[in-house]
Amino acid sequence: MVRGADRGMERPRRMHERLLAAFLFALLALNPPILSIFSARLFIFGIPLLYLYLFGVWAAMIAGLAWLSDLEPRRDGER
Amino acid sequence: MLQGWIILLVALAYLCLLFAIAYYGDKRADAGRSLIGNPYIYALSIAVYCTSWTFYGSVGRAASSGIDFLPIYLGPTLVFVLWAFVLRKIIRISKAQRITSIADFISSRYGKSARLSVLVTVIAVVGIMPYISLQLKAVSTSFNVLLQYPEVVMPPRSVQVPVVGDTAFLVAMVMAIFAILFGTRHIDASEHHEGMVAAIAFESIVKLLAFLAVGIFVTFGIYGGFADLFAAAAARPALAQLFTVGAGGGYGQWVTLMLLSMAAIICLPRQFQVAVVENVDERHLRKAVWLFPLYLLVINIFVLPIALGGLMHFPGGGVDADTFVLTVPMAEKQEALALFAFIGGLSAATGMVIVAAIALSTMISNDLMMPILLRIRWLGLTERGDLSTLLLTIRRGAIVMILMLGYLYFRFIGESAALVTIGLVSFAAAAQFAPAMLGGIFWKGGNRAGAMTGLALGFAMWIYTLLLPSFARSGWLPESFIHFGPFGLAMLKPYELFGLHGMDSLSHSLFWSMTLNIGGYILGSLMSRQNAMERIQGALFVDVFTHSGAQGGSQFWRGSATVADLRALLARFIGAGPADRGLADYARVRGINLGKLHDADAALVSFVERLLAGAIGGASARVMVASVAKGEVLGLEEVMKILDETSQVIEYSHRLEQKSHELEGTTAALRAANERLKELDRLKDDFISTVSHELRTPLTSIRSFSEILIDNPALDIEQRKRFLAIIVKESDRLTRLINEILDLAKMGAGRMEWQVDDIDPRAVVDDALAATSGLFAERPIRLEVQIDERLPDVRVDRDRLMQVIVNLLSNAVKFCDRDAGVVKVAAESRGGRFYLAVIDNGPGVAPRDRHRIFEKFQESAGASGERPRGTGLGLAISRQIVDHFGGRIWVEDAAGGGAAFCFSLPFSGALASGPGAPQGHEAV
Repeated sequence: MVRGADRGMERPRRMHERLLAAFLFALLALNPPILSIFSARLFIFGIPLLYLYLFGVWAAMIAGLAWLSDLEPRRDGER
Repeated sequence: MLQGWIILLVALAYLCLLFAIAYYGDKRADAGRSLIGNPYIYALSIAVYCTSWTFYGSVGRAASSGIDFLPIYLGPTLVFVLWAFVLRKIIRISKAQRITSIADFISSRYGKSARLSVLVTVIAVVGIMPYISLQLKAVSTSFNVLLQYPEVVMPPRSVQVPVVGDTAFLVAMVMAIFAILFGTRHIDASEHHEGMVAAIAFESIVKLLAFLAVGIFVTFGIYGGFADLFAAAAARPALAQLFTVGAGGGYGQWVTLMLLSMAAIICLPRQFQVAVVENVDERHLRKAVWLFPLYLLVINIFVLPIALGGLMHFPGGGVDADTFVLTVPMAEKQEALALFAFIGGLSAATGMVIVAAIALSTMISNDLMMPILLRIRWLGLTERGDLSTLLLTIRRGAIVMILMLGYLYFRFIGESAALVTIGLVSFAAAAQFAPAMLGGIFWKGGNRAGAMTGLALGFAMWIYTLLLPSFARSGWLPESFIHFGPFGLAMLKPYELFGLHGMDSLSHSLFWSMTLNIGGYILGSLMSRQNAMERIQGALFVDVFTHSGAQGGSQFWRGSATVADLRALLARFIGAGPADRGLADYARVRGINLGKLHDADAALVSFVERLLAGAIGGASARVMVASVAKGEVLGLEEVMKILDETSQVIEYSHRLEQKSHELEGTTAALRAANERLKELDRLKDDFISTVSHELRTPLTSIRSFSEILIDNPALDIEQRKRFLAIIVKESDRLTRLINEILDLAKMGAGRMEWQVDDIDPRAVVDDALAATSGLFAERPIRLEVQIDERLPDVRVDRDRLMQVIVNLLSNAVKFCDRDAGVVKVAAESRGGRFYLAVIDNGPGVAPRDRHRIFEKFQESAGASGERPRGTGLGLAISRQIVDHFGGRIWVEDAAGGGAAFCFSLPFSGALASGPGAPQGHEAV
């Protein structure tokens, strides 16, 4: 089926593009100047803001990475 | 009480457990039931990234500069986000090329260059030296600290005790023995160490659990959770600053650390070993790329809490922050936890040392010693018998040497520095591989000269700006080297090279080494040519996903080596058993019987080369195979020449094909021209017969009426007048006919004399209407004229244009409705051209006649079928005239059912403009 074949070709490329976008986003979020916004002596629920922010972004990155590369259902024959 | 012998016993028992796991892993692998064939073990083995640096050093780093221990773990996560672009590509390439180490990878990419592999190996060995020393330091320190339990005192410095009694030396020796046991029991063609990988994965679990145990104890045992701990720390101004970035090197260092760790996760020899060489299935990557970052995140959660806890516990500063993981439980009298923490630290250190030692010893034997030994002719290695023992000996010696180098660095240079600071020196060295590696897999133009230049310059910069200053600070070079530069040359101060100041020493070193490295790589590549081998390898690396089917680089052997020779060669390096098995596998897959085969074909020779490459590296394998197929190797230049010739032949035949296409085209054109000529000839015949017929008709009537007048003199005057009138009328017609034929002939032959001038079309139309007013007066015809007020001039022959209009008008008079005739004349500017239409309300022109009607003697037969009423040449002449002036003439249906004869002419100003006629009405 032509549609199926198209999807098979489409899927890895879309995954690659999404990964690239995630990389750029994380690069921005984890470096100055964005980082300096959160480098303040503030506490949220008793946790330092910077500490919370870095681990939060990091965890989000890992979740996104897991979803994009592993958990998203895939049927393509990518080797 | 923790006695020294208890600690030793537990440590040794732990190491034996590791060895048992490795042994079991190897057994399972031999039995074909791999222990490591899943993504979880793979991810845990990559976690060998977390060494004593992470286990002890991160806490120390966090205690002095706060959150900036973290970029070292964020960087790898970022790289893993790009796994599909970078890591997967490197793995795919390495499997196709049977890469055994990072030196092999780089040298294979740049034309299997032996010199490059030697350079990479040297950089790796020298660069990793500090890293190994940091593991030795961590283990010996932690052991000595634990030995003092329950007192928390720092051990004396190694320099003060003799080498033999130095704990670090003993640790180095034990680790060397273990690395030898793990990694060099036999030479494996595939260079997989499944048992080692299983043991490393186990160690990753142990160190994670130990660290979490300490972290949970500090956070929830000593304090009442995160909030409580942070609140206690925030109350002390000295600690509160650790919650922001500014405490350490600031943002500059943050970015530097991030970049360094991004490079390190790929370029460190041991990471390359576990992530690429030991990868058993590329599909494991999908899961490992998020499991490994998750591991990093979990192991880092408690770094800052432990650091803060330690700082609050030992406010005096008498306790080294690098030991907090151990000393905080000790101070709380948790001896079991302290022992567990020690084992965790030991895990982290041994994992790193074993993998690094194996990776480096493989590089030293395959990429440094073998290329050199094979080139020394008097050793006669290429002819010698079993070489696998020699290989193993070299590797074992290399492991001992690596650990001794690490120990020396620790004893004489690194002891005073913090763990992370020592490790970062190694990271900066490993980062030097990044341009050649990444450039090599994405840029085909990168070549050996560029890689050599970049690596050499970057390495030199690293030595000058990081390694030599560390020598100076330990007193092995004069201190003035750092403060005033060599020989007092301030421009050459190693921490402020060429006057660049304001950066921390690490960022400064990274900037200069990377600038020269990348610059040298790019410029060197652009300024020199690639040889054939580099071009082939470059294409195989960069396009690995499109060349998935192709394996290995050099399939260019002439089939003249014998199977027996190749078998003997293999046996010498990997042993007789594995050699026979490898060849049998090959024969089975290809379905051939090697026993009957005498001469090996090219595919078999390159198969053997790849098999050998797995054991001794690409560059050496090439030399060895060449020695067997001596003088019979098809030179690569020769191959390229053949390729060139082939492409020339292809080009030539392509041109031939083009020629023949052109020839066919010409033939077709000729045939068409011939057809046209025949047609014209027929037309000419038709024309002459028609003309003679048309001329004969009036002549006959003139002659017959003249004869009547001569023969009958008695005719009455009325009759005579009538007959004479007919004769005059027919003569007129004859004259007109002859004039028109002459005009046509002249125009056709291009001999017409045109009186071209800019004229006002309005005036011509008016004149034409005046000239034909008599015709309109004869019959009941209504004439409607509609002419635009202002029309630009047209450049034509005035009389000829008038001839055209008169022609159309008289046609209209002739064909319009007999009783209620209406003729409309419209002249206007349309589409930038002069446009004129003469419309009648007659029967119109049938579509099939619209083309024909402008041909000579092709009058439209009226609907009634009556005889044509003109000469049949008027429209043909009109078309000739209009054509001559760049215009177009056509006929279309009029709105009321009649025919509309239209023509358009370009205005004077726009002679070269495009066609003005409405496209749909083109008649020709």
